[in-house]
Amino acid sequence: MSDDLFAETVSLSLGGRAVLNQVTARFRKGELMAIVGPNGAGKSSLLSCLAGLRRPDKGRISLDGAVVADIPARSRARAMAFLAQTPEIAWDVDVRTFVGLGRTPHLGAFGPSAEDAVAIDQAIAMTGLDDFAERAITRLSGGERARALIARALAGQTDWLLADEPLTGLDPGHALDAVDLFRRLAHDEGKGVVVTLHDLTLAARFADRVLLLDRGCLVADGPPGQALTPQALAMAYGVQTRTHVGAAGPLIEILRRVD
Amino acid sequence: MKTRSTWLVCGALAATLALLFVVSLCAGRVWAPWSAWVSNGADPRWAIVFGLRLPRTILALLVGGALGLSGAALQGYTRNPLADPGALGVSSAAAMGAVLTLYLGTAAQASWILPAAAMVGAGLGVAALLALAGVTSSIVTFILAGFVVQTVCTAGISLALNLAPNPWAVDEIISWVMGSLADRSVEEVRIAAPGVVAGCLVLLTQGRALDALTLGEQGAQSLGVSLTRTRLLLAVGVALAVGSSVAVTGVIGFVGLIVPHLLRPWVGSRPGAVLLPSLLGGAALTLGADILVRLTPAAEEVKLGVATAVLGGPFFLWMLMAMRRRLA
Repeated sequence: MSDDLFAETVSLSLGGRAVLNQVTARFRKGELMAIVGPNGAGKSSLLSCLAGLRRPDKGRISLDGAVVADIPARSRARAMAFLAQTPEIAWDVDVRTFVGLGRTPHLGAFGPSAEDAVAIDQAIAMTGLDDFAERAITRLSGGERARALIARALAGQTDWLLADEPLTGLDPGHALDAVDLFRRLAHDEGKGVVVTLHDLTLAARFADRVLLLDRGCLVADGPPGQALTPQALAMAYGVQTRTHVGAAGPLIEILRRVD
Repeated sequence: MKTRSTWLVCGALAATLALLFVVSLCAGRVWAPWSAWVSNGADPRWAIVFGLRLPRTILALLVGGALGLSGAALQGYTRNPLADPGALGVSSAAAMGAVLTLYLGTAAQASWILPAAAMVGAGLGVAALLALAGVTSSIVTFILAGFVVQTVCTAGISLALNLAPNPWAVDEIISWVMGSLADRSVEEVRIAAPGVVAGCLVLLTQGRALDALTLGEQGAQSLGVSLTRTRLLLAVGVALAVGSSVAVTGVIGFVGLIVPHLLRPWVGSRPGAVLLPSLLGGAALTLGADILVRLTPAAEEVKLGVATAVLGGPFFLWMLMAMRRRLA
């Protein structure tokens, strides 16, 4: 089984609390996969394990057969880009410099090459930030900053993109743009894209596959129509839902709290 | 990418350094013009230029460069513009190491013992600082961690003074704490140079890791940066550079704080781009300050460490107020 990211019976505890329990899932290139679940379900933990930033207590995560946490950091960084949930931007650099940080694992001994500059330009263009490229990152609005963060992840031109709630702070239009971009990256460029999401409707509409996590356990894994059933959502979120067929695809309406 | 402006700034700083170098050889209580330099010993001022001022000038460049670069590197790692080896107690930790050998009398046994103790002290100081500040980059935590290191080391030095066996030791210890470049010889240059050069080289290799840390620790890790390695090399680099500086000049504060801050508007905030200019700028600032100190009209020369503290205190205050305005 090559070209995939495979989590086998992964368990993880943090501070004595089990956050992931025997999760097994396979992620493929060319697919947009959404990880959904209530707060504290283990979405971020699973994503950071997949990115090799955390080693699971039990089980293994492999990328094309090699254990992710054992791959040399630089090679891993060339294969996978990771976008943290609450990303830090410590210094007030301009957007182009910031996006350029994504080239770190590719830089040669003598600094950025022409290839690096092209990758940075492409990432800026793909996220529609051309007009902001020279602007200081602290002068961007929340939505523009979220796009700059995505651009930073794209600049690495990695085969895999793992993003933890990348839509936080984006208005509906820009959220749509971002999900559409993730979908194109998966379908047109053959990347494996894994995102954690809170918006069930966006997940249902755009993801090729949805993983539903609940208290550290994987409770559903499949195409949105099969994974996001009212029963599974009631179990995981404790809410009653109804799925409508909207003009642009499924629409998951939250009806009421169930106990 | 502000690569071009970075090189322009470095060029300008290098030119300033060359100018200050010449002024430094001329200036002091006795003005030594060019004719004295080329007299080859005939003019009594020749001895002043080459016996006293040349080593003093070289030392100012070494120590200033080490402090400026260490400040820039610490600021990059902690993502905090208020980090400085002096203000955060690293220099005091180095001084405590040195003072301990003076107090115990071991310093007299071999010339390498005192600088080695200063480096160990600086290394422990950086390690304690990074450990206490932890993974958070909160300004408050970091300042408090520095405060703890500073307090402990100052207390240690005071204790050594308190229990000093003789007045000679007290005198010696006080001179570490005040920091000065006066009356240093080629011997001091020989002691400080290897550590400063090695430490600076180590720190200059960390530019990319510091750049990546702009994205926080997790972000840097995901870009292939090993935090353990960065932390270790940073501690080693700062310990070597600041430790060997303090070993020969005592505590000279605030250079590492002021210099990167003044240079950021010119070279951009990318931590890696601030490193080399801070090395040059630190050398220029220290040498400039030392020239001014030499020209003070008082009977007793003002110690350089005292002068930088007098200037640095208000600067620190000004930075704090500017930051508060920005956060408000």
